[in-house]
Amino acid sequence: MENSILDKSQYGRIHSFESFGTVDGPGIRFVIFMQGCSLKCKYCQNRDSWEIHAGNLYHVDEVVKKIDKYKNYILPSGGGVTVTGGEPLLQASFLITLFKKLKALNIPTAIDTSGMVAITNDMKELISLTDLFLLDIKHINDEKCKALVGFSNKLELEFAKYLSDNNKDIWIRQVIIPTITDDKYDLMQLKDFISSLKTVKNIELLKYHTLGKSKWEALNATYELDNVPPATDEDILKAKEILRYIDYV
Amino acid sequence: MNFEQWNGFKGNTWKHTIDVRDFIQENYTPYEGDSSFLACATDSTTKLWNKVMELYKQERDNGGVLDADTKTPSSVNAFDAGYIDKDLEKIVGLQTDAPLKRAIMPNGGIKIVEKSCEAYGYKVDSQTDYVYNNLRKTHNDGVFSVYSPDIRAARSSHLLTGLPDGYGRGRIIGDYRRVALYGVDALITEKQEELEILNVDEFTSDVIRNREEIHDQILALQDLKKMAEKYGFDISIPASNAQEAVQWLYFGYLGAIKDQNGAAMSLGRTSTFLDIYFERDLQNGILTEEQAQEIMDHFIMKLRLVRFLRTPEYNELFSGDPVWVTESIGGMGLDGRTLVTKNSFRTLHTLTTLGPAPEPNLTVLWSTRLPEGFKRFTTELSIKTSSIQYENDDLMRATLGDDYGIACCVSPMKIGKQMQFFGARANLAKTLLYAINGGRDELSGKQITPKFEPITSEYLDYNEVMSKFDNMMDYVATIYMKALNAIHYMHDKYSYEALEMALHDREVIRTMACGIAGLSVVTDSLSAIKYAKVKVIRDATGLAVDYEIEGDFPKYGNDDDRVDEIAIDLVKRFMLKLEKHQTYRNSKPTLSILTITSNVVYGKATGNTPDGRRAGFPFGPGANPLHGRDSEGSLAVLNSIAKLPFEYAQDGISYTFAITPTALGKSDEARISNLVSMLDGFFKQTGYHINVNVFDRSLLEDAMEHPEKYPQLTIRVSGYAVHFTKLTREQQLDVINRTIQDRI
Repeated sequence: MENSILDKSQYGRIHSFESFGTVDGPGIRFVIFMQGCSLKCKYCQNRDSWEIHAGNLYHVDEVVKKIDKYKNYILPSGGGVTVTGGEPLLQASFLITLFKKLKALNIPTAIDTSGMVAITNDMKELISLTDLFLLDIKHINDEKCKALVGFSNKLELEFAKYLSDNNKDIWIRQVIIPTITDDKYDLMQLKDFISSLKTVKNIELLKYHTLGKSKWEALNATYELDNVPPATDEDILKAKEILRYIDYV
Repeated sequence: MNFEQWNGFKGNTWKHTIDVRDFIQENYTPYEGDSSFLACATDSTTKLWNKVMELYKQERDNGGVLDADTKTPSSVNAFDAGYIDKDLEKIVGLQTDAPLKRAIMPNGGIKIVEKSCEAYGYKVDSQTDYVYNNLRKTHNDGVFSVYSPDIRAARSSHLLTGLPDGYGRGRIIGDYRRVALYGVDALITEKQEELEILNVDEFTSDVIRNREEIHDQILALQDLKKMAEKYGFDISIPASNAQEAVQWLYFGYLGAIKDQNGAAMSLGRTSTFLDIYFERDLQNGILTEEQAQEIMDHFIMKLRLVRFLRTPEYNELFSGDPVWVTESIGGMGLDGRTLVTKNSFRTLHTLTTLGPAPEPNLTVLWSTRLPEGFKRFTTELSIKTSSIQYENDDLMRATLGDDYGIACCVSPMKIGKQMQFFGARANLAKTLLYAINGGRDELSGKQITPKFEPITSEYLDYNEVMSKFDNMMDYVATIYMKALNAIHYMHDKYSYEALEMALHDREVIRTMACGIAGLSVVTDSLSAIKYAKVKVIRDATGLAVDYEIEGDFPKYGNDDDRVDEIAIDLVKRFMLKLEKHQTYRNSKPTLSILTITSNVVYGKATGNTPDGRRAGFPFGPGANPLHGRDSEGSLAVLNSIAKLPFEYAQDGISYTFAITPTALGKSDEARISNLVSMLDGFFKQTGYHINVNVFDRSLLEDAMEHPEKYPQLTIRVSGYAVHFTKLTREQQLDVINRTIQDRI
């Protein structure tokens, strides 16, 4: 199917599905990995999900039908659907259609995103249909952010503020990468920023791991963080200590 | 009947006829609370368990068998009393006169006994050997004296696998509760009345056989009393308190395992029955919770000591030293009350007081309506110990009522009212290959079945394959049933389970429990043929030896109806073929989708298959998808499996699930609640059975390298649990590779 004639509100490009997601939001989650991302995160664990035109095309009804088959697990567990990627917000019009249909089925929705997008009308509508945002703060320091993912963090911080101002629940996610995102002063700055938001319900410090490296190699791409070790439990504890006073850490 | 031992018990019907279910319904106390009432192990329990652990170590160090009596053919009343430590044991009784000392049971077959002895450096006593080689015919002799060449060929080519023609069939559950509730004398009286009923004018062969069997049952019951007397107990009368109830019940079971070396010697559904005695003693103030747990701990310890002398080949097939002392726990009653009692908790709590273990095979009968406290307790234990399997009570209760139990791994039967003729399984993957090759074996090239027309086209055509496969399934069903009829005729004749059957009603439901192996291999093969293009590679003699797949195809285990429908059709199709045949004693044919760990051995004996599986690679165990074929996560697998129709596989559908703790949830709390939701969802969608394993890959890899560090590490494989360190290296790798769900 040609991309140009595709109705983007009906078709989505999807990398894969996980029927038993337990780490991306509360309860049992049906996780949709969207295809395509414009960031260039050096530590990306899903390098194969960057290419915008890869993945498989799915009609929204196919996806809803799939999700519906897991209602017996998802709903009693307090779970829902989490869309991650790739960057889900690149396919906002598809997600608007999908989430409207999920709302009609009373299935909770969540989006795992960097939030590095402009807040257009479409985006506002999608936000209103989303119950929870897992907001992955790439780096609180703008210069370091640019070096790590290739973009300024300005949009994502604005996005976070918009969510807060509009009473959207947020789980903040910060990947702890030794020597890159674990600087004490950066974390203190992150703490200040999180404290300025009103709707943060949870903060998750994710351990950087190197299990995604093979995906880079499979694509003949150079993995620049070769010399950075995986984060240890101790690294996480240290970071937690700094963010400590926020009681849900 | 009336006994002073029954003081305080309510109800009437069960006092006039043997009716344990009625006794339970009239007297049990459902428990809806949590696990906070449980007590820890007592000092004497810990002391005793340490002695057992030491014995285990000696057994391991001695090459797997600690000691064996190679002279005395085992029977209910063979051997003197034996103890671990008489002063410490609250529940007594061993299979021989010493713990872990194995006995021989030559009625099944003397050759197997000789081989088993030799494998561990023993020799059968010459006099015993002479008797069984010259004077006394065995089950094994009987079967092979009637086997036809077609059966022998199917057997040696692994088309039919694991048949109980050289070992005890097992999978019969005596209602051991009857011993405790009624005492043995009342049971003998009942059997004598049954003999009178069978004193009819026409002595047909059926009547004569039934009379002889009941006569032997009475002798077995008398032997059981004598066996108990050696331990200083008079079990002719009912048990008078909880300790006696457990002891009487265990004696019943002990008699069975001294009489039979069955492939599975399951216990039944005893926890809630026993709870009535515990409750009465607790109410009367003559027992504390610590003492109640101690009695259960000592009972379970005995069940962990059950041993049979078997050949290394048998152990390779089934892994470790399996006995399948299956105890079915929980479930709901027909009247809506839960059958969970405090003693259901105590039984499971032994996984904590004594640590994890493969035996007894603890089986939770799961209903979505089980009390929350019990759901949380069992799943939490599952996460900690990987020692529990779950089966769908809501599904089984509809046809089996609320007093059934599981024999072996997944075979349900009404306790004391139903038995089965265990039939192992047919290799469905080989059946498909034979269909393509006109009955020639894909590995040896030998003609195994009569000559069928082989497929000669370059690419496989779905309709042609299905039509030839259907014919081959007809053939396999026919010889399979011939073999099973011969086996069970001879087992009844030469190795009848007199004691176990004495603990049954006179008229029992008999099923002919057939099975299939390789369901996922055949399903994916047919899907490849239907949705992709499969090219046949033939050798110089025209034998199809390999396949090339062009294009992609839907794979079983991804909740994709296009392929899951194929699996459903296979199950129904084979079951309907089995039903066409005459069965021994008019037993009702049933089907299981269960391989235990034999999926590894069956895979070894099967060539390349059209789904791309390589020759020699393990099948998926039971109803599992083939390792690596599922790409949409665990629930998609569960949904695929839940579609398989229980009504066409009434002997059970087994699924083995393994997951790492981190993939199950982020916190202990999340893991418990996710697992509860997972089980609720699966069983609501009519899933039948699930083994739950929760552990890290790295832990298993370490256990492979350093087995001495993990003497109690238990994992669940297709219907039962094993010590991980007792698996062969191949099986260990299979477990690690195929089952661990660990998504990045």
